[in-house]
Amino acid sequence: MKIAIIDYGMGNIHSVAKAVALFAAVPVITNKKSEIDSCEKIVLPGVGAFDDAVAELEKQDLISVIKDQVNQKKPFLGICLGMQLLFESSQEAKIKKGLGILGGQVVKFNARDNLKIPHMGWNDLAVVAKDCPLLDAVDNNSQVYFCHSYYPKPTDKGVVAATCDYGSEFASVLWKDNVYGVQFHPEKSQAVGLKMISNFVKLC
Amino acid sequence: MLTKRIIPCLDIKEGRVVKGVKFLGLRDAGDPVEVAKLYDQQGADELVFLDITASVENRKTLVELVQRIAQNIFMPFTVGGGIGEVQDIRNILNAGAEKVSLNTQAVKFPQLISDSAKRFGSQCIVAAIDAQRQADHWEVFINGGRTPTGIDVLVWAEKVARLGAGEILLTSMDADGTKNGYDLELTAAITGKINIPVIASGGAGKLEDFYNVFTQGKADAALAASLFHYQELSVKQVKSYLKERGVAVRL
Repeated sequence: MKIAIIDYGMGNIHSVAKAVALFAAVPVITNKKSEIDSCEKIVLPGVGAFDDAVAELEKQDLISVIKDQVNQKKPFLGICLGMQLLFESSQEAKIKKGLGILGGQVVKFNARDNLKIPHMGWNDLAVVAKDCPLLDAVDNNSQVYFCHSYYPKPTDKGVVAATCDYGSEFASVLWKDNVYGVQFHPEKSQAVGLKMISNFVKLC
Repeated sequence: MLTKRIIPCLDIKEGRVVKGVKFLGLRDAGDPVEVAKLYDQQGADELVFLDITASVENRKTLVELVQRIAQNIFMPFTVGGGIGEVQDIRNILNAGAEKVSLNTQAVKFPQLISDSAKRFGSQCIVAAIDAQRQADHWEVFINGGRTPTGIDVLVWAEKVARLGAGEILLTSMDADGTKNGYDLELTAAITGKINIPVIASGGAGKLEDFYNVFTQGKADAALAASLFHYQELSVKQVKSYLKERGVAVRL
């Protein structure tokens, strides 16, 4: 099983690649269409600013490649900013639009109630979609590592597979058909996170 | 609920752990990856690696080390020490660190904070502040605590938050190395004033110190080095103690 880790110069690819390899998949770190095409699953990681990330994807001609892979129904996992990019837009962005694979906007936490921003550290997942394959054998209230100031607000609440409570509830795992997105970092969430990576590797 | 974090800190020189980590059973106690794995098993919430060589020639070694750590441990970590260029930050983040901490260079060129926060997002920019108590305030020191700046710590903390830092790593130079507990007054002064997470550092010596820095200092995370390295306390012990006393931690 080959899994493409899309390398567009925005953030950590090594932990993701290594985590995937733990479960007997072959990570292919790449930004080339032909190599991505040859993989059975796709991971889009990402750390950084929304505008920059979209600009990089555009520059490297990756937007149509990503959309094409999603349309081919290949299992697709977006991590943190890589997940946010799948939405239509972000409050963080001044210029760029998102990929619009998921409907809705990425918004900033509200600095009321002494809420510290960024949301930084280990917080609980409240599992909404128990049948979500990514969350198979992941207990409700499992703790995962968050490091973000923005979070997704999907138009269709049906795509929310898990939430997290920080000031108010927000979507922390998204699932729509073959598309999965996580706001936290599974590759940095020790055993719980690795379980999700293993679930993704095992998806049919 | 967001939990309070316990963070061991490792000093790195030329790619090796210094300040003698005395762990039994490690093949190589100087290997940052080996030590990191051990803290991973103990349930540390994050790690901080401070490169104390911090020279240009060592940048490549550091980036290689970051990559090796990221490939071997699946937990978040921060890298600091002599970082002064946006490109350095990019390289370290791309190699697999969650966050970089900026100290001296940020004091000299505050725009480094705003530039890098804009580029990579606030969530990965940590402002490290070394604070020393004066008659009626705390003063910011740079160059590893050797050079006073005349800058008031409270003023600087507010400024780094405004510039876009996502977290403050606050070290009390007075408490550091004493094992008499964190500087609660300093920590509370900062956490009461700014709206980004604060990691308290310097002075941890016993279990109560952690409890106090979370309850009285209102810190979001507590950092310790030698206490953990010499196995006077384990991360697990600290977290069990905190949990028994009603502090939210991840166990």
